[in-house]
Amino acid sequence: MNGFLSMGGYGGYVWPAYALTFLVLAALGVATVSGLRRKQKTLELLQSSVRSARRRRDDAPASGPGETA
Amino acid sequence: MHRFANPTRFLRLADAILPWSIAATVLALAAGLVWALVFSPADYQQGDTVRIMYLHVPAAWMGLFAYTAMAVASAVALIWKHPLADLAAKASAPVGACFTFLCLVTGSLWGKPMWGTWWVWDARLTSMLILLFLYLGYMALQGAFDDPQRGQKAAAVLALVGFVNVPIIKFSVDWWNTLHQPASVVKMGGPAIDPAMLVPLLVMTIGFKAYYVTLLLLRIKAEVADAKIRALRLTEIHG
Repeated sequence: MNGFLSMGGYGGYVWPAYALTFLVLAALGVATVSGLRRKQKTLELLQSSVRSARRRRDDAPASGPGETA
Repeated sequence: MHRFANPTRFLRLADAILPWSIAATVLALAAGLVWALVFSPADYQQGDTVRIMYLHVPAAWMGLFAYTAMAVASAVALIWKHPLADLAAKASAPVGACFTFLCLVTGSLWGKPMWGTWWVWDARLTSMLILLFLYLGYMALQGAFDDPQRGQKAAAVLALVGFVNVPIIKFSVDWWNTLHQPASVVKMGGPAIDPAMLVPLLVMTIGFKAYYVTLLLLRIKAEVADAKIRALRLTEIHG
Protein backbone atom coordinates (compact mmCIF):
# COMPACT_ATOMS: atom_id res chain seq x y z
CA MET A 1 0.00 0.00 0.00
CA ASN A 2 2.87 2.34 0.85
CA GLY A 3 4.43 1.62 -2.52
CA PHE A 4 1.14 2.49 -4.21
CA LEU A 5 0.90 5.82 -2.39
CA SER A 6 4.53 6.76 -3.00
CA MET A 7 4.19 6.01 -6.75
CA GLY A 8 7.86 5.02 -7.00
CA GLY A 9 8.84 8.29 -5.35
CA TYR A 10 6.73 10.41 -7.70
CA GLY A 11 3.62 10.49 -5.47
CA GLY A 12 4.13 14.22 -4.97
CA TYR A 13 3.46 14.75 -8.69
CA VAL A 14 1.02 11.97 -9.55
CA TRP A 15 -1.51 12.46 -6.72
CA PRO A 16 -1.84 16.26 -7.04
CA ALA A 17 -2.47 15.76 -10.77
CA TYR A 18 -5.30 13.31 -10.08
CA ALA A 19 -6.71 15.32 -7.15
CA LEU A 20 -6.75 18.59 -9.12
CA THR A 21 -8.35 16.97 -12.17
CA PHE A 22 -11.06 15.46 -9.98
CA LEU A 23 -11.68 18.76 -8.16
CA VAL A 24 -11.87 20.90 -11.32
CA LEU A 25 -14.13 18.46 -13.18
CA ALA A 26 -16.39 17.97 -10.14
CA ALA A 27 -16.66 21.73 -9.55
CA LEU A 28 -17.56 22.26 -13.21
CA GLY A 29 -20.26 19.58 -12.93
CA VAL A 30 -21.72 21.10 -9.75
CA ALA A 31 -21.71 24.60 -11.28
CA THR A 32 -23.39 23.29 -14.45
CA VAL A 33 -26.17 21.43 -12.63
CA SER A 34 -26.87 24.21 -10.11
CA GLY A 35 -26.94 26.80 -12.91
CA LEU A 36 -29.41 24.70 -14.88
CA ARG A 37 -31.66 24.18 -11.81
CA ARG A 38 -31.60 27.91 -10.98
CA LYS A 39 -32.62 28.90 -14.51
CA GLN A 40 -35.33 26.25 -14.72
CA LYS A 41 -36.78 27.50 -11.43
CA THR A 42 -36.71 31.15 -12.59
CA LEU A 43 -38.36 30.14 -15.85
CA GLU A 44 -41.15 28.26 -14.05
CA LEU A 45 -41.84 31.19 -11.72
CA LEU A 46 -41.89 33.59 -14.65
CA GLN A 47 -44.17 31.36 -16.72
CA SER A 48 -46.67 30.95 -13.88
CA SER A 49 -46.70 34.69 -13.18
CA VAL A 50 -47.28 35.43 -16.87
CA ARG A 51 -50.10 32.85 -16.94
CA SER A 52 -51.83 34.31 -13.87
CA ALA A 53 -51.43 37.86 -15.20
CA ARG A 54 -53.04 36.77 -18.46
CA ARG A 55 -55.87 35.04 -16.59
CA ARG A 56 -56.52 38.20 -14.52
CA ARG A 57 -56.65 40.29 -17.66
CA ASP A 58 -58.96 37.83 -19.43
CA ASP A 59 -61.28 37.48 -16.41
CA ALA A 60 -61.59 41.20 -15.87
CA PRO A 61 -64.89 42.60 -17.20
CA ALA A 62 -64.48 44.54 -20.39
CA SER A 63 -64.50 48.19 -19.48
CA GLY A 64 -65.12 50.97 -21.90
CA PRO A 65 -67.04 50.71 -25.14
CA GLY A 66 -65.69 48.63 -27.98
CA GLU A 67 -62.92 46.98 -26.01
CA THR A 68 -62.52 43.27 -26.44
CA ALA A 69 -60.55 41.08 -24.08
CA MET B 1 -30.66 20.99 -40.31
CA HIS B 2 -33.25 23.44 -39.03
CA ARG B 3 -35.17 20.46 -37.70
CA PHE B 4 -32.75 20.54 -34.78
CA ALA B 5 -33.06 24.30 -34.39
CA ASN B 6 -36.36 23.66 -32.67
CA PRO B 7 -35.56 23.88 -28.93
CA THR B 8 -38.39 21.51 -27.98
CA ARG B 9 -37.00 18.85 -30.29
CA PHE B 10 -33.50 19.48 -28.93
CA LEU B 11 -34.64 19.22 -25.32
CA ARG B 12 -36.32 15.88 -26.05
CA LEU B 13 -33.17 14.62 -27.79
CA ALA B 14 -30.93 15.86 -24.94
CA ASP B 15 -33.09 14.15 -22.31
CA ALA B 16 -32.88 10.90 -24.30
CA ILE B 17 -29.06 11.08 -24.57
CA LEU B 18 -28.27 12.29 -21.03
CA PRO B 19 -28.85 9.02 -19.07
CA TRP B 20 -26.54 7.20 -21.51
CA SER B 21 -23.81 9.84 -21.47
CA ILE B 22 -23.90 9.98 -17.65
CA ALA B 23 -23.68 6.17 -17.41
CA ALA B 24 -20.81 6.11 -19.93
CA THR B 25 -18.98 8.83 -17.96
CA VAL B 26 -19.26 6.97 -14.64
CA LEU B 27 -18.35 3.56 -16.05
CA ALA B 28 -15.43 4.71 -18.23
CA LEU B 29 -13.92 6.97 -15.57
CA ALA B 30 -14.23 4.31 -12.84
CA ALA B 31 -12.66 1.62 -15.03
CA GLY B 32 -10.09 4.05 -16.44
CA LEU B 33 -8.99 5.28 -13.01
CA VAL B 34 -8.40 1.80 -11.60
CA TRP B 35 -6.66 0.78 -14.81
CA ALA B 36 -4.49 3.87 -14.94
CA LEU B 37 -3.48 3.85 -11.27
CA VAL B 38 -3.24 0.13 -10.52
CA PHE B 39 -3.13 -2.25 -13.47
CA SER B 40 -1.18 -0.29 -16.07
CA PRO B 41 2.58 -0.74 -15.85
CA ALA B 42 5.08 1.94 -14.83
CA ASP B 43 7.15 3.21 -17.75
CA TYR B 44 10.69 1.81 -18.02
CA GLN B 45 12.08 5.35 -18.38
CA GLN B 46 9.53 7.57 -16.68
CA GLY B 47 8.49 5.30 -13.81
CA ASP B 48 5.10 6.04 -12.25
CA THR B 49 4.95 9.62 -13.58
CA VAL B 50 3.63 8.09 -16.79
CA ARG B 51 0.30 7.71 -14.95
CA ILE B 52 -0.15 11.47 -15.34
CA MET B 53 -0.47 10.77 -19.08
CA TYR B 54 -3.92 9.21 -18.51
CA LEU B 55 -5.17 12.66 -17.44
CA HIS B 56 -2.90 14.93 -19.46
CA VAL B 57 -3.47 13.47 -22.93
CA PRO B 58 -7.29 13.11 -22.74
CA ALA B 59 -7.49 16.64 -21.26
CA ALA B 60 -5.41 17.99 -24.17
CA TRP B 61 -7.55 16.16 -26.74
CA MET B 62 -10.75 17.43 -25.15
CA GLY B 63 -9.40 20.98 -24.99
CA LEU B 64 -8.83 20.84 -28.74
CA PHE B 65 -12.07 18.97 -29.42
CA ALA B 66 -14.18 21.45 -27.46
CA TYR B 67 -12.53 24.37 -29.27
CA THR B 68 -13.18 22.76 -32.65
CA ALA B 69 -16.81 22.17 -31.66
CA MET B 70 -17.05 25.81 -30.55
CA ALA B 71 -15.56 27.07 -33.84
CA VAL B 72 -17.87 24.89 -35.96
CA ALA B 73 -20.92 25.99 -33.94
CA SER B 74 -19.80 29.64 -34.26
CA ALA B 75 -19.50 29.27 -38.06
CA VAL B 76 -22.97 27.71 -38.25
CA ALA B 77 -24.33 30.54 -36.08
CA LEU B 78 -22.70 33.26 -38.20
CA ILE B 79 -23.62 31.79 -41.60
CA TRP B 80 -27.05 30.23 -41.06
CA LYS B 81 -28.15 32.19 -37.96
CA HIS B 82 -28.98 28.87 -36.37
CA PRO B 83 -30.41 29.74 -32.92
CA LEU B 84 -29.11 26.63 -31.14
CA ALA B 85 -25.61 26.94 -32.63
CA ASP B 86 -24.86 30.09 -30.64
CA LEU B 87 -26.02 28.37 -27.46
CA ALA B 88 -23.90 25.28 -28.22
CA ALA B 89 -20.77 27.39 -28.82
CA LYS B 90 -21.39 29.31 -25.61
CA ALA B 91 -21.93 26.06 -23.67
CA SER B 92 -18.76 24.46 -25.01
CA ALA B 93 -16.37 27.26 -23.99
CA PRO B 94 -16.13 26.87 -20.18
CA VAL B 95 -15.87 23.08 -20.46
CA GLY B 96 -13.06 23.32 -23.01
CA ALA B 97 -11.30 25.96 -20.92
CA CYS B 98 -11.32 23.62 -17.90
CA PHE B 99 -9.87 20.74 -19.94
CA THR B 100 -7.16 23.01 -21.37
CA PHE B 101 -6.32 24.30 -17.90
CA LEU B 102 -6.04 20.72 -16.60
CA CYS B 103 -3.85 19.77 -19.55
CA LEU B 104 -1.44 22.61 -18.70
CA VAL B 105 -1.34 21.89 -14.96
CA THR B 106 -0.97 18.10 -15.27
CA GLY B 107 1.68 18.69 -17.95
CA SER B 108 3.53 20.93 -15.55
CA LEU B 109 3.35 18.29 -12.79
CA TRP B 110 4.72 15.77 -15.29
CA GLY B 111 7.38 18.11 -16.67
CA LYS B 112 8.97 18.92 -13.31
CA PRO B 113 10.16 15.37 -12.49
CA MET B 114 10.86 14.36 -16.13
CA TRP B 115 12.26 17.52 -17.77
CA GLY B 116 13.44 19.20 -14.59
CA THR B 117 11.23 22.24 -15.16
CA TRP B 118 7.59 23.19 -14.60
CA TRP B 119 7.40 25.18 -17.81
CA VAL B 120 9.30 25.94 -21.03
CA TRP B 121 8.31 28.53 -23.61
CA ASP B 122 8.38 26.08 -26.49
CA ALA B 123 5.92 25.73 -29.33
CA ARG B 124 3.62 23.04 -27.90
CA LEU B 125 3.29 24.50 -24.43
CA THR B 126 2.97 28.09 -25.62
CA SER B 127 0.35 27.28 -28.27
CA MET B 128 -1.64 25.36 -25.63
CA LEU B 129 -1.47 28.38 -23.31
CA ILE B 130 -2.75 30.54 -26.19
CA LEU B 131 -5.68 28.11 -26.52
CA LEU B 132 -6.56 28.78 -22.87
CA PHE B 133 -6.37 32.55 -23.50
CA LEU B 134 -8.59 32.16 -26.58
CA TYR B 135 -11.21 30.43 -24.43
CA LEU B 136 -10.98 33.15 -21.78
CA GLY B 137 -11.11 35.90 -24.42
CA TYR B 138 -14.13 34.26 -26.04
CA MET B 139 -16.00 34.16 -22.74
CA ALA B 140 -15.02 37.71 -21.81
CA LEU B 141 -16.10 39.07 -25.22
CA GLN B 142 -19.55 37.46 -24.90
CA GLY B 143 -20.29 39.51 -21.83
CA ALA B 144 -18.58 42.71 -22.99
CA PHE B 145 -21.59 44.18 -24.85
CA ASP B 146 -24.89 45.44 -23.48
CA ASP B 147 -26.64 43.64 -26.32
CA PRO B 148 -25.95 39.90 -25.78
CA GLN B 149 -26.40 39.19 -29.50
CA ARG B 150 -23.62 41.58 -30.46
CA GLY B 151 -21.34 40.01 -27.85
CA GLN B 152 -22.17 36.57 -29.18
CA LYS B 153 -21.36 37.64 -32.74
CA ALA B 154 -18.02 39.20 -31.77
CA ALA B 155 -17.11 36.10 -29.76
CA ALA B 156 -18.03 33.85 -32.71
CA VAL B 157 -15.63 35.78 -34.97
CA LEU B 158 -12.87 35.41 -32.35
CA ALA B 159 -13.55 31.65 -32.12
CA LEU B 160 -13.14 31.33 -35.91
CA VAL B 161 -9.99 33.45 -36.12
CA GLY B 162 -8.50 31.56 -33.16
CA PHE B 163 -9.14 28.22 -34.85
CA VAL B 164 -5.85 28.70 -36.76
CA ASN B 165 -4.19 27.79 -33.44
CA VAL B 166 -5.64 24.26 -33.42
CA PRO B 167 -3.51 22.79 -36.28
CA ILE B 168 -0.53 24.74 -34.91
CA ILE B 169 -0.90 22.88 -31.60
CA LYS B 170 -1.27 19.52 -33.33
CA PHE B 171 1.79 19.92 -35.57
CA SER B 172 3.92 22.05 -33.21
CA VAL B 173 5.88 18.98 -32.10
CA ASP B 174 6.79 18.22 -35.74
CA TRP B 175 7.49 21.77 -36.92
CA TRP B 176 9.70 22.96 -34.07
CA ASN B 177 12.26 21.41 -31.75
CA THR B 178 10.74 20.98 -28.36
CA LEU B 179 11.07 19.18 -25.06
CA HIS B 180 7.59 17.80 -25.62
CA GLN B 181 7.50 14.33 -27.11
CA PRO B 182 6.07 13.91 -30.64
CA ALA B 183 2.70 12.32 -31.37
CA SER B 184 2.62 8.67 -30.33
CA VAL B 185 -1.04 7.69 -30.66
CA VAL B 186 -2.46 9.42 -33.75
CA LYS B 187 0.36 9.04 -36.26
CA MET B 188 1.28 7.39 -39.53
CA GLY B 189 2.00 3.68 -39.12
CA GLY B 190 -0.17 3.22 -36.04
CA PRO B 191 0.32 4.06 -32.38
CA ALA B 192 3.82 3.75 -30.90
CA ILE B 193 2.56 2.97 -27.44
CA ASP B 194 2.14 -0.39 -25.74
CA PRO B 195 -1.46 -1.73 -25.56
CA ALA B 196 -1.07 -2.03 -21.77
CA MET B 197 -0.95 1.79 -21.74
CA LEU B 198 -2.97 2.55 -24.87
CA VAL B 199 -6.12 0.77 -23.67
CA PRO B 200 -6.45 2.62 -20.31
CA LEU B 201 -5.62 5.86 -22.16
CA LEU B 202 -8.48 5.26 -24.59
CA VAL B 203 -10.86 4.30 -21.75
CA MET B 204 -10.04 7.54 -19.92
CA THR B 205 -10.54 9.44 -23.19
CA ILE B 206 -14.01 7.90 -23.59
CA GLY B 207 -14.77 8.92 -19.99
CA PHE B 208 -13.63 12.52 -20.61
CA LYS B 209 -15.58 12.71 -23.87
CA ALA B 210 -18.76 11.31 -22.31
CA TYR B 211 -18.41 13.86 -19.50
CA TYR B 212 -17.99 16.63 -22.08
CA VAL B 213 -21.18 15.51 -23.89
CA THR B 214 -23.06 15.40 -20.56
CA LEU B 215 -21.93 18.89 -19.52
CA LEU B 216 -22.54 20.30 -23.01
CA LEU B 217 -26.14 19.03 -23.10
CA LEU B 218 -26.85 20.30 -19.56
CA ARG B 219 -25.33 23.71 -20.38
CA ILE B 220 -27.29 24.03 -23.66
CA LYS B 221 -30.46 23.19 -21.72
CA ALA B 222 -29.57 25.99 -19.28
CA GLU B 223 -28.97 28.38 -22.21
CA VAL B 224 -32.34 27.46 -23.76
CA ALA B 225 -34.03 28.18 -20.42
CA ASP B 226 -32.12 31.47 -20.21
CA ALA B 227 -33.26 32.50 -23.70
CA LYS B 228 -36.87 31.75 -22.73
CA ILE B 229 -36.46 33.81 -19.54
CA ARG B 230 -35.17 36.78 -21.54
CA ALA B 231 -38.01 36.49 -24.06
CA LEU B 232 -40.63 36.32 -21.28
CA ARG B 233 -39.13 39.34 -19.52
CA LEU B 234 -39.35 41.29 -22.78
CA THR B 235 -43.02 40.42 -23.24
CA GLU B 236 -43.67 41.39 -19.61
CA ILE B 237 -42.19 44.79 -20.26
CA HIS B 238 -43.68 45.43 -23.68
CA GLY B 239 -46.78 43.26 -23.55
